[in-house]
Amino acid sequence: MFIAIAIYVALALFGASLLYKIFNWLRHSITIEAGAISTSRRVWAALKGIIFTLLSIKIFILLKVCILDVLLNARILREDFFRWLMHICIYVGFLLLILMHALGQYISASIFENYYSTVNPFLFLRNLFGVMVLFGIAIAVCRRFIVKVPRLRTQAMDLYAIIIVVVIIISGFFLEGTKMVSYSSYTEMVENYSALSDPQKLSDLEAYWVQEFGVVSPKAKGPFDERRLEQGREVHRVSCAECHSKAQWAFTSFGLAKIISPFALVLNRVNIHGVLWYVHFFACLIGLAYLPFSKMFHIFASPLSLFANAVMERGKSDPANIATRQMMELDACTHCGTCSLRCSVAVALEEVPNITILPAEKMAPIKMLVLGKDLTEQELKELQEGVYFCTNCYRCTVVCPVGINLQELWFNVRELLFQKGLPELSMLSPLSFYRGLMKEEMVQSDYEKPLMRAREAIAEKCNVVKDQDNVLPLIPADKTFKSRLNLSAQASTFTVCFGCQTCTNACPVVAHYDNPQEVLGLLPHQIMHACALGLRDLAFVSNMLWDCITCYQCQEQCPQGVCVTDVLYELKNFVVEYVGEKTVRSLGKNQ
Amino acid sequence: MKFALFVGCTIPARVIQYESASRAVLEKLDVRVVDIREFNCCGYPLRNINFKVFILLAARNLALAEKKQLNIMTLCQCCFGTLKKANHILKENGALRKEVNSILEREDLKYEGGIEVQHFLQVLYHEVGVESIQEKTERRYEGLKIASHYGCHALRPSQIMQFDDPVTPSIFDQLVGVTGAESVLWSRRLECCGAPVRGINDELSVDLTKRKLESGRQSGADYLCIACPYCHIQFDTVQKMMLSKDGMNHSLPSIIYPQLLGLCMGIDEEILGLDMNKISLNLIKDFLSSQG
Repeated sequence: MFIAIAIYVALALFGASLLYKIFNWLRHSITIEAGAISTSRRVWAALKGIIFTLLSIKIFILLKVCILDVLLNARILREDFFRWLMHICIYVGFLLLILMHALGQYISASIFENYYSTVNPFLFLRNLFGVMVLFGIAIAVCRRFIVKVPRLRTQAMDLYAIIIVVVIIISGFFLEGTKMVSYSSYTEMVENYSALSDPQKLSDLEAYWVQEFGVVSPKAKGPFDERRLEQGREVHRVSCAECHSKAQWAFTSFGLAKIISPFALVLNRVNIHGVLWYVHFFACLIGLAYLPFSKMFHIFASPLSLFANAVMERGKSDPANIATRQMMELDACTHCGTCSLRCSVAVALEEVPNITILPAEKMAPIKMLVLGKDLTEQELKELQEGVYFCTNCYRCTVVCPVGINLQELWFNVRELLFQKGLPELSMLSPLSFYRGLMKEEMVQSDYEKPLMRAREAIAEKCNVVKDQDNVLPLIPADKTFKSRLNLSAQASTFTVCFGCQTCTNACPVVAHYDNPQEVLGLLPHQIMHACALGLRDLAFVSNMLWDCITCYQCQEQCPQGVCVTDVLYELKNFVVEYVGEKTVRSLGKNQ
Repeated sequence: MKFALFVGCTIPARVIQYESASRAVLEKLDVRVVDIREFNCCGYPLRNINFKVFILLAARNLALAEKKQLNIMTLCQCCFGTLKKANHILKENGALRKEVNSILEREDLKYEGGIEVQHFLQVLYHEVGVESIQEKTERRYEGLKIASHYGCHALRPSQIMQFDDPVTPSIFDQLVGVTGAESVLWSRRLECCGAPVRGINDELSVDLTKRKLESGRQSGADYLCIACPYCHIQFDTVQKMMLSKDGMNHSLPSIIYPQLLGLCMGIDEEILGLDMNKISLNLIKDFLSSQG
């Protein structure tokens, strides 16, 4: 009764969480435009999309994806053989255990007439599948903690997934092993199933089971004489053999049974196999009930993501369905770290301590963001920088084993974050090239605003613009300024500038404007001069820095060998650092 | 002749025809290329933001190539400029190299300054040679005028890039000449395509592109020839946007150099990806004569 209630509670929790998750897919969205689509319309669009796809020629694409990518994990194999082996072992082993063993009385029993878990091939297979899972887990642990795959981070969700599987399998093995040695289990079985009453026969059978099946008896201890075993074998053949294959076939559990046999009587007294049964059983139920909130939810979401991405296309598919697919993809992510391994800029993490630079680590905060959970300003800023450190090279999307369109996700999340109005200085770099190409497809005011915000943020942190009427002090504003422009040997060359303006005259950006100073602020030669005077803020607020096309004409033509473009580069780096530091400080004050 | 081919981020994502055409051309010329999957971003887009990140990203690529004892060949001129610059800095600055190596060590990498970075055009001109290329051509263009766009990051800063004479460069013109096409002189041939500020200051970016296109057209060129994905996107994708939006009615299509050369070598059009250019290249085949 208690057992039945526990199962139903776990199933109910699982079902409710599953529905909640699906509801979230249909309710939330990542793009601003998709936010305007109602949930009911998203539900209809999804149903329509699914039905139309299933009735169209696309069904063959789905079949292909189902076999290659879902069942055979071809996308993982393309990436890494050991990872493929790991995943196949875990998922095939576990799936077969569920079908054959956990649901044995429903599935195995209905297919095979003489299904008993203690009879071969089931006895052997259960151990084989269990060992497969453990082998897969061993590779996973090795990858994460011993070999340490670059940029593969282990979070609580990954540990939970490993632990729950290990607990289920190991408790299962120990349960079987302790049962093998258990004398009480043995006597119980004899009483219930053998119908033997002759003490001689019982004694012979016991001797045989002690010898052959690993039972540890308080009375009968080997070695037994051959005749007694022979008689025991005969009793066994008549009474037990039909339901019991040789225990050695359960190779792992039998091995464990042998190891624990010296303590078997004590373990039996404390009813250890009873305890282990509860551990095994409840671990399974916890795994089931918590599944929709754990990484294991990818069992459902990942195939769906693979299917959806195989048949959907931006521009052709219903935007309502794309919104739903994107939400689903957040759950499909298994945090496997393939994207972080292949990412073009992930190595930047070594210099910029922001974990969300790694694509795989962006997923968790993005999930929080779109589900409307509160992120602190600091977290938002980090995520914004993290998603902007991206060259839009599509590598993450190409390699993702579950087919998530990550590149599109980053692009949409960037725009979503910009709505919060936090400045992003990384925008003022060629990282924005792709965004520039997408301009036509965006709302124009949404496009321009964050760019303006970034430049405003620089002006806000510098004093010059605020006090335009103030006379600049002759004493350098920042005495360390000059010496800080030293990252590359070239940058300090500004000191030899004699103000001939060749750089400014050579600059195609300056030439572009009728009144360049009005738009650009300081012109190249003036910036060199400002550097020499230590007028940091004046140089910092010049739009010239960000509008520089880095064509190196100025530097090429400078008669004094001033590396003008390189100085501008370093000034830009300096601005990013300076504004970043100031922002962190002001954030610290606010919190 | 063997190089580590550095395709960068932009080509595989947005200009894949450049890669397929280059590979086909290089194969014809017996230049072997090795792919290093672990290559990352060259560092170019991050130069505005963080010097150390730029150097680290570039150094990792250099170290990966050095591990294989191969020089790097880039297709992108921004990758070329960035890697070459970083290589120069790392070779000169031992302290910085040590600092970067202490990070690279975590991935079992190290850069000792032992390799060189070359652009695709340099490899063709210096390593293969104009005559050898000529021998491999089957057909020639007749009456075709090409405006060759050198690209800023290949040419300058010339002291470091060593690509060609920064004021009167000629290698690209000679390489175009191999195909029988006439490489015209045009006033803005050494100027910027506008791509570096795309997404930062679009008005400026488009204006620079427009001026280049006007100058190219005035010179009587039929096509612009480029050897950089950024320049190509600017002259192809962005020009296409400009044509529909700004009422520009006369286009100057951009052809990627290996596409131009590949046609003369008789390489399959599909491999050259002529259809993948946004502005049609169909008319260029009319200039091809049957005799080599």
